[in-house]
Amino acid sequence: MANTMDSPRTAVSNPPVQPMETNLTQRDLIRRSATSELPPPERQLTPVAKLIDVSKCIGCKACQSACVEWNDTNPEVGENVGVYTNPHDLTADMFTLMRFSEWINPETDNLEWLIRKDGCMHCADPGCLKACPSPGAIVQYSNGIVDFIHDNCIGCGYCVKGCPFNIPRISKADHRAYKCTLCSDRVAVGQGPACAKACPTQAIVFGTKEDMKKHAEGRIADLKSRGYANAGLYDPPGVGGTHVMYVLHHNDKPHIYADLPDNPAISAVVQTWKGATKYAGLAVMGLAAAGTLLHGLFGRANRVSKHEEEEAKELVDESVEHVEKREEDA
Amino acid sequence: MSTPASTKHTKLGSEDSIRRGPPVEVVRYGPGKRINHWVTAISLILLLLSGLAMFHPSLFFLTELFGGGQMTRWIHPWIGVVLFISFFILFAQLWKLNIPNRDDVKWASQISDVIGGNEENLPELGKYNAGQKFIFWGMASLIIVLIVTGIMAWEQYFGQLTSIPTQRIALLVHSLAAVAIILIFMLHVYAAIWTRGTIRAMTRGTVTGGWAWRHHRKWLKDMAGRGRIDPTK
Ligand code: SF4
Ligand code: SF4
Ligand code: SF4
Repeated sequence: MANTMDSPRTAVSNPPVQPMETNLTQRDLIRRSATSELPPPERQLTPVAKLIDVSKCIGCKACQSACVEWNDTNPEVGENVGVYTNPHDLTADMFTLMRFSEWINPETDNLEWLIRKDGCMHCADPGCLKACPSPGAIVQYSNGIVDFIHDNCIGCGYCVKGCPFNIPRISKADHRAYKCTLCSDRVAVGQGPACAKACPTQAIVFGTKEDMKKHAEGRIADLKSRGYANAGLYDPPGVGGTHVMYVLHHNDKPHIYADLPDNPAISAVVQTWKGATKYAGLAVMGLAAAGTLLHGLFGRANRVSKHEEEEAKELVDESVEHVEKREEDA
Repeated sequence: MSTPASTKHTKLGSEDSIRRGPPVEVVRYGPGKRINHWVTAISLILLLLSGLAMFHPSLFFLTELFGGGQMTRWIHPWIGVVLFISFFILFAQLWKLNIPNRDDVKWASQISDVIGGNEENLPELGKYNAGQKFIFWGMASLIIVLIVTGIMAWEQYFGQLTSIPTQRIALLVHSLAAVAIILIFMLHVYAAIWTRGTIRAMTRGTVTGGWAWRHHRKWLKDMAGRGRIDPTK
């Protein structure tokens, strides 16, 4: 089984009991931050995805607990400010967060309690990776997982600016970036993500991206049959699709789910900074350096002549005489 | 016996005074400004190296000079603070002399004579020429842009100060301003080397009388006219 199956197909089954080699290796990288000549991967792993069905979520936060448990993080004990969202934001110790929104549907005048599990979307075109200046601090595997390699992270926070979903957080303790790993360390050995495994309602499911899309279709048909005409799959094309997808009952307005971006894409400012500026800037500086060097070596220097030194001496002598004469007169 | 007129005005070796020699020398910068200049210069070079390391992956190896990526990320903004302070002490001392005037317009309009080294065709100049003034104001304004955008991008302390879209703009502007200041820096260093006899103004503090006569005659004549001449050396 283990050798025929490159990626786990589900989070539900129990883990394989036989020891397994990790199957997410350097050979499986399709992108590596600040690395231009990455050798192409030797094989293509089956793309995986996590599907979060917002309509099935009961807000129990079992996923949040499972994530803390599996990743062995220690989120600070927070303060209750009257909402269920807890902690108040993603942190370097909390890779996923249930965000609760109260929304009044203008068509029905019903209060809808929207609960969205926030966290890294594992973009096919990841802005975090594009912005990262440190070679190998962010990698993307051929199965779609975008992972932070903390040993290579310098803590600059560029990934925070690059991400269209406001996901990465820099730890104040070790100054490295943290976010959901899509449980790459579990997936690498044939297990589904901890959050998906813990979810009691199967609102979070995991498998190949194809299977997840198919599964979503069924869910969307069901929602539509129950009056949610705009139900749909959130797999935003602006970032090339994502490996964490949502089933939304109101897919026409993702922003009602705690500001989920309607059309996420890597910001044009980031594209300019990491595109034209980076290359043109280096070229201009290189040319200027070469130009001054050449002119310095072969050009004619601007030298002071003997004659000019004499002129200066004359001027000074004259002034001294002048001063002395004035003093005698006085 | 020294002449009272010159000793009264001229402290030994004070800035903007002539040493009669021979040979004639002119004190262009006192020790305070020179120290300040070199603190600024060294900071700028360190900022350039650490900044370039984070600017383009092909230069990431420069982080080794600072003890790795984490150290580079940590130290870059602090060097920026040092540079900001030391430059603006210098700025306070020099800005008045760097206000552009009519001669600068003429000088700049005859830039081909400048590059050709035909200074006899150019107007007589005070302590600074238009090129030096351009470098001065260029550096001053870019340093302000760089410190402001740099603080916005300083994740460790100011990550929450501005919104992420603002920080994106700050980083773009920061890198553009950095490229611009590196070009100005190269111009500054190049001009100082090309115009022979300039660098000693910032090392020993003095230039030769001929240098002052050739490049800044008005400045020289002004000192001579005011009797700022130290006859003892
Ligand atoms: S903080 Fe983010 S952008 Fe900076 S090195 Fe770490 S992963 Fe890369
Ligand atoms: S959601 Fe943000 S952190 Fe996650 S892969 Fe996309 S850009 Fe990177
Ligand atoms: S996939 Fe893993 S790391 Fe990501 S939210 Fe779920 S449990 Fe946390």
